[in-house]
Amino acid sequence: MNITEPCFDEMYQPDGTIRPAYRNYCEWLSEQDATFLRRKDREAEGFFRRTGITFNVYGGEDAEERLIPFDMVPRIITGNEWRRLSRGIEQRVRALNAFMHDLYHRQEIIRSGRLPERLFANNEAWLPQMVGFTPPGGVYTHIVGIDLVRTGPDEFMVLEDNARTPSGVSYMLENRETMMAMFPELFARIHVRPVSDYPRRLAKSLAACAPDNASDKPVVAVLTPGIYNSAYFEHAFLADQMGAELVEGSDLRVVDGRVQMRTTAGFQPIDVLYRRVDDDFLDPLTFNPDSMLGVPGLMDVYRSGGITIANAPGTGVADDKAIYSFMPEIVEFYTGEKPLLPNVPTWRCAEADSLAYVLDNLADLVVKEVHGSGGYGMLIGPTSSQREIARFKEKLRANPKNYIAQPTLALSTVPIFTKAGLAPRHVDLRPFVLVSPNGIDITPGGLTRVALKKGSLVVNSSQGGGTKDSWVLDD
Amino acid sequence: MLGRTANSIFWMFRYLERAENTARLLEAGFRMALTRGVEAANEEWRSVIVTLGLQAAYEAMHDQYTGAQVCNFVLRDRENPENVLRMVERARSNARASRTSITAEVWESVNEAWMLLSDLLVRPVREAGLGVVLAIIRRESTLVRGATYGTMLRNEIYHFARTGTFLERADNTARILDVKYYLLLPSLAYVGSSLDTGQWDNVLRSLSAERAYRWLNAGRMDPRGIAEFLILDRRFPRSLSFCYDALAGNLANLAELHGHEGACNSMMRDAEIRLRRATIDTIFDAGLHEFLVGFIAGNQAIANAISDEYRFIA
Repeated sequence: MNITEPCFDEMYQPDGTIRPAYRNYCEWLSEQDATFLRRKDREAEGFFRRTGITFNVYGGEDAEERLIPFDMVPRIITGNEWRRLSRGIEQRVRALNAFMHDLYHRQEIIRSGRLPERLFANNEAWLPQMVGFTPPGGVYTHIVGIDLVRTGPDEFMVLEDNARTPSGVSYMLENRETMMAMFPELFARIHVRPVSDYPRRLAKSLAACAPDNASDKPVVAVLTPGIYNSAYFEHAFLADQMGAELVEGSDLRVVDGRVQMRTTAGFQPIDVLYRRVDDDFLDPLTFNPDSMLGVPGLMDVYRSGGITIANAPGTGVADDKAIYSFMPEIVEFYTGEKPLLPNVPTWRCAEADSLAYVLDNLADLVVKEVHGSGGYGMLIGPTSSQREIARFKEKLRANPKNYIAQPTLALSTVPIFTKAGLAPRHVDLRPFVLVSPNGIDITPGGLTRVALKKGSLVVNSSQGGGTKDSWVLDD
Repeated sequence: MLGRTANSIFWMFRYLERAENTARLLEAGFRMALTRGVEAANEEWRSVIVTLGLQAAYEAMHDQYTGAQVCNFVLRDRENPENVLRMVERARSNARASRTSITAEVWESVNEAWMLLSDLLVRPVREAGLGVVLAIIRRESTLVRGATYGTMLRNEIYHFARTGTFLERADNTARILDVKYYLLLPSLAYVGSSLDTGQWDNVLRSLSAERAYRWLNAGRMDPRGIAEFLILDRRFPRSLSFCYDALAGNLANLAELHGHEGACNSMMRDAEIRLRRATIDTIFDAGLHEFLVGFIAGNQAIANAISDEYRFIA
């Protein structure tokens, strides 16, 4: 989609001068010759292929492994900008966690009238099995990804909360490794805050969430659906970096009231299960009875305090886009503070006034399904044909509560490297946040996703998006 | 470590070894075809297919044994579910499933082997390019072995890897010897007589043994000596005795790491004793074919016992 109004470019000011964050980088860049950069660009792809950093694409005969395109121009955030952002992220994550606890206990926020009950009463992600139960350490959202977009020098907004199972952190780590391998001199010149200790911090944070009766050195395992899952590389990568076992459902069994893994020396209990399997597949006795990916009896062990599941089952409620639209109220309710990071303005189609407005202005809006993700099932008004809009209108009228709408945002741009030189492309940012009883820990930076097509606003890797290394300057 | 991961490691190395030995078998056939007449060459290609246990599948597709057809069938034909590309794919997918247990060097070497061969074997291999492709398969397998030897911790993961390698190698050597011997010897009366040395040379080539054997025997070729070398010579890394020495060592290490022995250890000890007591005379008296068939079955039984002992499968 083409935005007619000018967008905020993070590297260049409107007069063509370079913004402070990129000054040192651009100085270095101007000293490099074009053939050197082109060669490096080719090198990067070979590097990713060899190390097997791929994601699988579903559909088609063979589950194909693809690379997520990597762009070698970094996305740079100043230390000051980051300090402001991280305060806002911390506030939001604290509120999310308190909200989860409340939803599964006294539901004060509903009693107070701030949140309509219907929102989660028919929300599939809400799990009655979690009612009245508090996970070990009181932590629901052990790992959170907050998707941020930028529209101006000081305008950062939250586009989406990923409280279920945020992915992409392996790209954050490998993008940095790739950049350091390709341009070591750059890192000697510019001080960038490191991200490489994320796996160690993740292991520590997960261990701190172990059940009370776990030993001093809790056993952590990563649960993956297996090698055909689209994020398998990341599951293996994180397990490897943490020194944890990478387990599949078929490796696990409930023995003597504990969840145990089948090792070459017999069954061994697990204290913390970092699961990358959806709620519905976790336990065939409790949820989907056809699931081959989970562990029969896991939820019983969980509810009796024998294991920590990260993230807690039922946290997907917070990923719902209708709930998202209430986040400003939610933040205020649980923290007593005004939200530091605003939401993108959102119309809830469940409300008659909003629906009327959305129907009248479809051509200018982005409409999303409340449970949707990955950029699927949405309408982008400005790039859609009359017919597409008409068809979407019918869907919207038939089931309005399934949708929310947002204005088409002028997302900020950062240049990417193309054959013809640098060219601006739209970006977002997903910082990764760890929560444990010891506190909230945010890795400086995160994953920058970039729409590689000129003018496009869709950054999802499943829809032709790429990634960039994201720098937070140590200034 | 997880039983499933041990299983993946074990099979990763079995498939790599199998791919390498299959390439060797084709190389020997290729050489034979270059040095003999058409008849002999075609007979040689047939023996390759028989050794690999692919006779029925091959004959369902083709009525003749020619070099190009056999090589493409063995290397890349989709109609052959046991083709070499598939073996490398399986090795790589087992490596992928156990990535947390192997070093980055081992993973990258097997991943690169797969990428390279997937590219090379997209189209049918022409005779002119065959030598190069076969050499690459051997080289890539060697690289993975080198990365394993040079970077892996000597823990149970390593011993499962080596266990897979030696079990597969012993199996392959026994199969090659069995089939070739049968084809080359019209009757046992010929044992000890001087037959076509070129063909015997080829048995050795299929196992990369020609240089070692010549060096030890001053160029003298006799079928009995060759069988003795391939079965009983502890110095030759593809002989049954060498494989079982190594395998016994890996299994003993596993038992020590686990603090107890299982059925696989006692079976291994029995097999090793049988092999140590055997001489080429006792083997020939009882029948070489019978000996090899018994060995292959025993090898399989040990593999099953290892799988049971270390909980490879739920």
